[in-house]
Amino acid sequence: MPETSFSPAGRGADGESLEWLAALSAAGHRREDAIERLHALLLRAARFEVARRRRAVGVALDPGEVDDLATQAADDALMAVMRKLPTFRGDSRFTTWAYKFALLEAAVKVRRRAWQGREVALEDDGWARLADRAASPHEDAQTAELLGAVGRAIAEALTPHQRAVLTALTLDDVPIDVLAERLATTRGALYKTLHDARRKLRARLAEEGLEPGRATAGGTR
Amino acid sequence: MSSRDSKRSADLLGRLLGPAEPEVSCDECFEQLDRYVEIERDGRDAEAAIPGMRAHLEGCPACHEDHDSLVALLASDAASPES
Ligand SMILES: [Zn+2]
Repeated sequence: MPETSFSPAGRGADGESLEWLAALSAAGHRREDAIERLHALLLRAARFEVARRRRAVGVALDPGEVDDLATQAADDALMAVMRKLPTFRGDSRFTTWAYKFALLEAAVKVRRRAWQGREVALEDDGWARLADRAASPHEDAQTAELLGAVGRAIAEALTPHQRAVLTALTLDDVPIDVLAERLATTRGALYKTLHDARRKLRARLAEEGLEPGRATAGGTR
Repeated sequence: MSSRDSKRSADLLGRLLGPAEPEVSCDECFEQLDRYVEIERDGRDAEAAIPGMRAHLEGCPACHEDHDSLVALLASDAASPES
């Protein structure tokens, strides 16, 4: 297998990736064989992710369900990869590029499976809990002030839809793919709503002269 | 006051407010994920190559998990190369 060469301005596809592209674009047996190998690769990635995500979300799945989810994810990923093949630019190895489709399909399926039958309450007053927390004697003064201000900003600056999405995603920890399914929308559209809501909250805090940077230093994880 | 409570509150504020820096969208994140992870694996500056990606991964738990899974899968491949 040829060594991958790097150049600062990006790189063209490496030899192994070019071979994948050629085989998948070929005709007859060569293509069928490549699709079979690709499906096996995607299935391995999907199994990896189902096992990993299942541990993370603590969902009980019997071995048959694990197999079903992984196989469905691999099948869906194969369709996505073949559809997107013309857009592969060789910015990464072909296998890395293909893997992400299988990981995404598998992760979404496990998150949705874990929430199957569970109600997603779209109450838009979940933020009221922030006031309780702000009033807790365990909070230092600066954090309490920020929590109180964020609670007020949620009540006053956001639309009902922004409040509901923010509450579900950040306070109730509903996975974004589960919420997207329930609301018949997409991860991207929901994140845009969350992003706009967060910007409004930050703007409101800035108007009040509050600086959230210190309290949230180090990010969210 | 307990430091665990203040950590939880800081986490909560972080989740509510998200990253302060500009960030890419979920679609853009997925588009760039394979390239970003390989740049990280090469030990190069991924944030300089794809600005806004790190902020998005900080603000979006689902994309963050997808990122970590791709990193883990490539590491597992490297540990036990395919036959
Ligand atoms: Zn995202």
